[in-house]
Amino acid sequence: MIRVENLVKKYGRLVVSNGLNCRFEEGKITVILGGSGSGKSTLLRQLTGLERSDSGCVYFDGVDLTCASKKKLYEKRKKMGMLFQGSALFNYLNIFENIAFPLREHTRIAENVIKTIVTMKLEMVGLRGTENLMPSQLSGGMTKRVGLARAIVMDPKVIFYDEPTSGLDPISTGVIDKLIKDLNTKLNITSVVVSHDIESCFRIADKIIILFSGDIIAQGTVEEIKNSKDLRVKQFINGEPEGPIPFTRTDKNYLDELLTG
Amino acid sequence: MKFDILAYIGRFTLKRVQVLGQSGVFLLVAFYQAFLPPFRIRRLLKEIEFIGSKSFLIVFVTGLFTGLVLGLQGYHTLTQFGAEALLGSAVALSIIRELGPVLCALMVTGRAGSAIASQIGIMKITDQFPALEMMAIDPVKYVISPKILAGIISLPLLTAVFDVVGIMGGYLVGVKLLGVNEGAYFGKMVTSVTFTDIYGGILKSLSFGLLIAWISSFMGFTADPTTEGVSAATTNAVVITSLSILIVDYILTSLLL
Ligand SMILES: Nc1ncnc2c1ncn2[C@@H]1O[C@H](COP(=O)(O)OP(=O)(O)OP(=O)(O)O)[C@@H](O)[C@H]1O
Ligand SMILES: [Mg+2]
Repeated sequence: MIRVENLVKKYGRLVVSNGLNCRFEEGKITVILGGSGSGKSTLLRQLTGLERSDSGCVYFDGVDLTCASKKKLYEKRKKMGMLFQGSALFNYLNIFENIAFPLREHTRIAENVIKTIVTMKLEMVGLRGTENLMPSQLSGGMTKRVGLARAIVMDPKVIFYDEPTSGLDPISTGVIDKLIKDLNTKLNITSVVVSHDIESCFRIADKIIILFSGDIIAQGTVEEIKNSKDLRVKQFINGEPEGPIPFTRTDKNYLDELLTG
Repeated sequence: MKFDILAYIGRFTLKRVQVLGQSGVFLLVAFYQAFLPPFRIRRLLKEIEFIGSKSFLIVFVTGLFTGLVLGLQGYHTLTQFGAEALLGSAVALSIIRELGPVLCALMVTGRAGSAIASQIGIMKITDQFPALEMMAIDPVKYVISPKILAGIISLPLLTAVFDVVGIMGGYLVGVKLLGVNEGAYFGKMVTSVTFTDIYGGILKSLSFGLLIAWISSFMGFTADPTTEGVSAATTNAVVITSLSILIVDYILTSLLL
């Protein structure tokens, strides 16, 4: 479904994607794991053509998004849904209008049908009854679920989730995990999930890609990742503070920096 | 040391020229998108409501008090020469040529320009533009183009309101309060105001409408994606728009006279 070849992205001197190669199979859930700042969101933005890459290709359905015309890109976008890390709800529209928005823009569906669809999607994320609230009146976890409802309202073929469960309570996390799984199995929707929640990742993933400061350090099935011999992978999935992955970002020695002030 | 200053001036100039170029491209794209189908009439009407209708009251009050003060000041100056019969044309000319377009535009900048900049800035820091992109909707076409058209449409209408209310304000003070002859007030006005004055006023208000929507949108659109960035963009939008209005007013006036 999506094939990434030698993808490179830099912000100034910071290399955020360092020649990535990977595939996202049709009808599968692929989870991108990685620490904060490892370039997960940036990869996701490149997969959807939101961000230009410096070099390399992203083939979506056979079309290279990195050099596609705007028309082609928008055509492909109609098959994508995305849940943003910060939900990205329209702050001037209420919950109902937020979810109805893509329907109103791209279809000529009658008002009562729109109402039915929106109600169904809200029920799926467990937020029926919030239709008339504004996004600012919801909690962080609730806005995330509304964002998800909006992402699936056009019945996309591929859904990109940027940290769908971070900041959610355990029950909501379970609900969202189940939802991602259900959408995948029942409707055969390809899913790309960015996460640093190891447990929920193991629950839902068909394939896992682990990013570390712009590089893919491992990819494979859940079993393969669990049995990986790579020390960095082990450290990451066990959440150990000490190991080959440093916690700080600079190379400067801590003691030196303190002493030289 | 000397060369540091030179380098600084060079960098500063380059940066300004670059921003100027960017804002020009921004405007061209927004215009181009506005005339491509699908036309978003409902979005346009919403923006006209936001920039136009919601500024009505503030423009009305400003116009009224400007007219009242002009009536008062004009009367006291003109009576010294025994020329109070000219009050009508003095009030009308200063309002139609200058005060109407300029004051109206400055009031709208304060009310709507700041709101446009902060609204767009907030959309930017909360990822609403990429969200539109993901729905295969062009953010510039959807958000910016209607605002620019609405600015160009609203300002001449608001200025017309300002002009009428201002002239009536002058009438209230001059004729009703201070006893200038009613026939003279309006009669002199009709003979001294030419169509050039009215066209000039419309041209000015069109340009100011464009300036307000353009600069405020651009400031919001290019704001740093942080809370400080948005508040700075809002302040800059008001300051830069107001100054541009005064400068463009001078240029247009010198061309029209
Ligand atoms: N627009 C930008 N300009 C400059 N640097 C950026 C920009 N966006 C991201 N970065 C940098 O790129 C790196 C990767 O950012 P990214 O948002 O992809 O991280 P992430 O893996 O999603 O982290 P998190 O889990 O915290 O969301 C970070 O170091 C960040 O500082
Ligand atoms: Mg991220």
